[in-house]
Amino acid sequence: MGGLQKKKFERGSATNYITRNRARKKLQLSLPDFRRLCILKGIYPHEPKHKKKVNKGSTAPRTFYLLKDIRFLLHEPIVGKFREYKIFVRKLKKAYGKTEWSAVERLRENKPTYKLDHIIKERYPTFIDALRDIDDALCMCFLFSTFARTGKCHVQTIQLCRRLTVEWMNYVIASRSLRKVFLSIKGIYYQAEVMGQLITWVVPYQFSHDHPVDVDYRVMATFTELYTTLLGFVSFRLYSSLNLVYPPKLDSNGESEPKEESEDDYAMNSESYLEKLSALSASLARVVSSADEEEAQLDQFPSEGEDMEKMEAREKELKQQEAQKKLFEGLKFYLNREVPRESLAFVIRCFGGQVSWDKSVCIGSTYDVTDETITHQIIDRPSVGKQYINRYYIQPQWLYDCVNAKILLPVEDYFLGVTLPPHLSPFVEEKEGDYVPPEKLKMMALQRGEKPGNEQEEDEEEEEEEGEQEEEQEEDDNGDEEDDEEEVAEEKNLKKMEEQRSQGKSLHVKVTPGKLKVENKARLEQEEKAEEKRLAIMMMKKKEKYLYDKIMFGKKRKVREANKLAAKRKAHDDSEKAKKKKARK
Amino acid sequence: LDIRNTVGNIPMEWYKDFPHIGYNLDGKKIYKPIRNKDELDDFLDKMENPEYWRTVHDKQTGSDVVLSDDQVELVNRLQRGQFGDVNFNECEPMVEFFSSDVMIHPVTNRPADKRSFIPSLTEKEKVSKLVHAIKMGWIKPRRVEDDGRGRYYNLWASEDSSILARHKMHLPAPKIPLPGHHESYNPPPEYLFTDEERALWEQQDPADRKLPFVPRKYSSLRQVPAFSQFIHERFERCLDLYLCPRQRKMRVNVNPEDLIPQLPKPKDLQPFPTTRSLVYRGHSGLVRSISVSPSGQWLASGSDDGSVRFWEVCSSRCMKTVQVGGAVKSVAWNPNPSVCLLAVALDSVVLILSPSLADKQVILSSERLLSAQQEGEEPAEGNGSVVWSEAEGEELNQGLRLKIQHPKAVHQVVWHAKGDYLASVMPDNTSHLQVYIHQLSRRRSQNPFSRNKGLVQCISFHPIRPYFFVATQRSIRIYNLVKQEMTKKLQTNSKWISSMAVHPGGDHVICGSYDCKLSWFDLDLSTKPYKMLRHHKKAVRGVAYHRLYPLFASASDDGSVIVCHGTVYNDLLQNPLIVPVKVLRGHVMTHDLGVLDVTFHPTQPWVFSSGADATICLFT
Repeated sequence: MGGLQKKKFERGSATNYITRNRARKKLQLSLPDFRRLCILKGIYPHEPKHKKKVNKGSTAPRTFYLLKDIRFLLHEPIVGKFREYKIFVRKLKKAYGKTEWSAVERLRENKPTYKLDHIIKERYPTFIDALRDIDDALCMCFLFSTFARTGKCHVQTIQLCRRLTVEWMNYVIASRSLRKVFLSIKGIYYQAEVMGQLITWVVPYQFSHDHPVDVDYRVMATFTELYTTLLGFVSFRLYSSLNLVYPPKLDSNGESEPKEESEDDYAMNSESYLEKLSALSASLARVVSSADEEEAQLDQFPSEGEDMEKMEAREKELKQQEAQKKLFEGLKFYLNREVPRESLAFVIRCFGGQVSWDKSVCIGSTYDVTDETITHQIIDRPSVGKQYINRYYIQPQWLYDCVNAKILLPVEDYFLGVTLPPHLSPFVEEKEGDYVPPEKLKMMALQRGEKPGNEQEEDEEEEEEEGEQEEEQEEDDNGDEEDDEEEVAEEKNLKKMEEQRSQGKSLHVKVTPGKLKVENKARLEQEEKAEEKRLAIMMMKKKEKYLYDKIMFGKKRKVREANKLAAKRKAHDDSEKAKKKKARK
Repeated sequence: LDIRNTVGNIPMEWYKDFPHIGYNLDGKKIYKPIRNKDELDDFLDKMENPEYWRTVHDKQTGSDVVLSDDQVELVNRLQRGQFGDVNFNECEPMVEFFSSDVMIHPVTNRPADKRSFIPSLTEKEKVSKLVHAIKMGWIKPRRVEDDGRGRYYNLWASEDSSILARHKMHLPAPKIPLPGHHESYNPPPEYLFTDEERALWEQQDPADRKLPFVPRKYSSLRQVPAFSQFIHERFERCLDLYLCPRQRKMRVNVNPEDLIPQLPKPKDLQPFPTTRSLVYRGHSGLVRSISVSPSGQWLASGSDDGSVRFWEVCSSRCMKTVQVGGAVKSVAWNPNPSVCLLAVALDSVVLILSPSLADKQVILSSERLLSAQQEGEEPAEGNGSVVWSEAEGEELNQGLRLKIQHPKAVHQVVWHAKGDYLASVMPDNTSHLQVYIHQLSRRRSQNPFSRNKGLVQCISFHPIRPYFFVATQRSIRIYNLVKQEMTKKLQTNSKWISSMAVHPGGDHVICGSYDCKLSWFDLDLSTKPYKMLRHHKKAVRGVAYHRLYPLFASASDDGSVIVCHGTVYNDLLQNPLIVPVKVLRGHVMTHDLGVLDVTFHPTQPWVFSSGADATICLFT
């Protein structure tokens, strides 16, 4: 008895969340400013567990922020900067309206700016945190650096993005941390391992963009603002970790010094520095000039059993990685003008190769086509006029496939004018039961060191095996039905006999030698087990049954998809074979 | 003649429709000169007249004027951009009026103002304003533009773990999924779309598509075009990062095999029926009901074709066929082994048949049971609605002994375990006359209920104690017949009960329903089902317990009979063990009906089932 009546929605989850509009009012910000603040501070809506409770009984669709997040925003100094900027715009408008040009100039000079350093530090308290989240930053900066310098966004932003991406690529080259490359229809995916973190980014192909109308560039620009700051700090830290000078400087005593005379016709003095850097052909200057790097040797620890195996596996992996890092060492590449220069130069330099191109393509070419020591010329046209005899003319896909396979693949498949083998994604790791394309199997065989001669037979065998398995599965499915069919047949016989009997006809009495029914013991056992399982499934609880059905549905779908891909491949191969035969005839 | 026009500088086409072209100084009209030159004349003029090139048409007078040499010269000069006057010299030496030389005499004689001697007040005001503004910090010195080179420094120089990143609710955004083989510029051929897949992709809503793009194959790298959706995808990612509500979803990571309950193996729970061994054929309509004699030798079946057949169980031979003239709804063999009687329900009649398929002794005793009343007093006329009558003539020869006429259609008839009482159901939602209990030896009938509690579906006697089970549409009521009160009401949680069976021990009830469920009640435990079994895909039509073995079976419209093992323990604390052991199939689906009734053999682990395909199957 007694006591105050508890009111609804005054405690519990309803008090932990706040709607967007209320949050905005609490912060006294306009919607665009609130948006910017959320982007910069990394505040995102939360989906409450019990939406109706949080929504105070209503089911209207609303986005909820955590109240703690919004309180956290209240003390952000940047909010003050936003207000200052608002005032600045108002003053500027007023000055324009009064045509007080000196005031306009004075205001413009003192345009309020803000720094995001503290936000970066706050969002990423440790360097590893920042590295973990750098994927999006890289993608965005690489995209912005390809924008044309008109409209859409500030030229300074584009230049900054370009500078940061070049710095990043130079770092990856210097640290040799590139692991995987993938040519997709969207762009080129790269994956690098930096300080133990796998970082993936995508670079669009070098074309001008047709800017879509339904994209809000203000949002993108705000993100870019944050990302450039983040990337800059990360680059600084990474450069200093490698003892490189930041901002990067070209190594002056390196033998690959670009020729002085051509610089002037190529670019203005102010730009030529970045251009030279972005050519990716020269190595960077170090703070402490120590040419010999200390190789991190894995110390031997006394260990037993499983640990031993793990250690061995790790050692093997490390060795493989070291080998991959020196994949193109000793090879000299020359890029024809029709191949994507930046991507190829980046990849080649990442794995220790030497690279050059035509002088008119880009600054920073180190040797000519006529150089006799060139081992590979990358070319992407159906034929070439003059061929040098002591070099391979190969298509660019070879390089990327080599990187993904971690070995130098045979060049024959990639020669000039040859139909290229499929380019596979290195990011797919097939689990048991997944479909593995035959090209991947081939590559894996090559990696294991097997000869490529007999692989076709293997493939065929494997395919056959797969087929058999499928058939077996089908048989299992059909098993029950067959039994039923037998019974039905028996019944039919019986019916016939009965009919004959009822019609008064004399039966054809005949004794035929009986056939011995061979019982397949293994199969019987299997069937019994299957039935047992089926019966046990019947006794499952409703909730568990639902979960079980869902899991099994997913599994079956996976198998179905794999089978479909295999069937498609088989059909394709068959048609190819038939075509070949026809062509032979 | 002065023919100067006075109209001024106006567009002359205003006069185009008038005979005059203006007015002279006297205000008289100037008439247009008569011009009768056409194009041809003009051309001839051009060819022949040497003065033609210097002839100008004067619009104001409408006459042609021949320019003089001076005039032509003037035009030429103007066209060349020269002065019109030939004598004008444009390069005359400059006269400096205001030179750097200081003159000894002032230009004007005016004395200097006072303000040229004292400092300006307005300037002072302006300067003081600026000074004040600078003092107050309103005007700031020009900011030094930093070039961005030194903007970055080692931000994580002091990584102290004391700064907690965020509160614990922080959910990092998931990374973008990595591309698969589909996305390659040169994928293996199996990843490309076929025409159907492509059509399907185009038809689908963008949100439903499995792949957001169509896989393409290019024969070389130089042919790969720009991806038109690139900026769009980046933008979507940005939106996801700051707009998309995040929630932690726990992914269930269970091995599906672990979910399957560990049950005792059916092999260890034998005996139970496993195979169909006999089929009893002969009926031409659906077999609604079957019943086995207490000895286990005979099987009686009632069908929609209006006949009751008696089969020998072991040989599947039809020993006897009784035409009763109406669709048989229910048959029930008297459970008393010392008599041989069968109750048959059809239309609104319950028939008592004496099939005489037993020892003479047994037949005699059953005859005695039937005729006991005749020797005694006259039948009590208390219940006017039920009329008992004896069969005569032909019917008597067929084995028909008694007819119990009911007021409404009878759906089910059941015997009490002793064999003297039988109860019949007349489902009717509107009256309390739904159940009758008849006493055979005294030929008396009575309606035990005075109130309508819902549509009665089926009834059953307790095998040992004087309890009576009545299943209405959604619940089962248990009545104590001695105390004449309701003892329990079981909630079945199903929509419509179809059948019910009582365990021979009497403490458990199973009940099948049209919504595919079978519920097992432990009467000692609760009035709610101990277990709901959803084994069937379609409505459950019949359920049965075995008298001796721990088995029960359910028959359903999906054409299957499921036999379950159900051990009941004497220990009250131990719950019954229910394990499905066999799914039996043998009936053909006809008119969406499968198996209609199921019953166990009284002594053997055999089960009989009757189906809509007019057959009865025996599974052993």
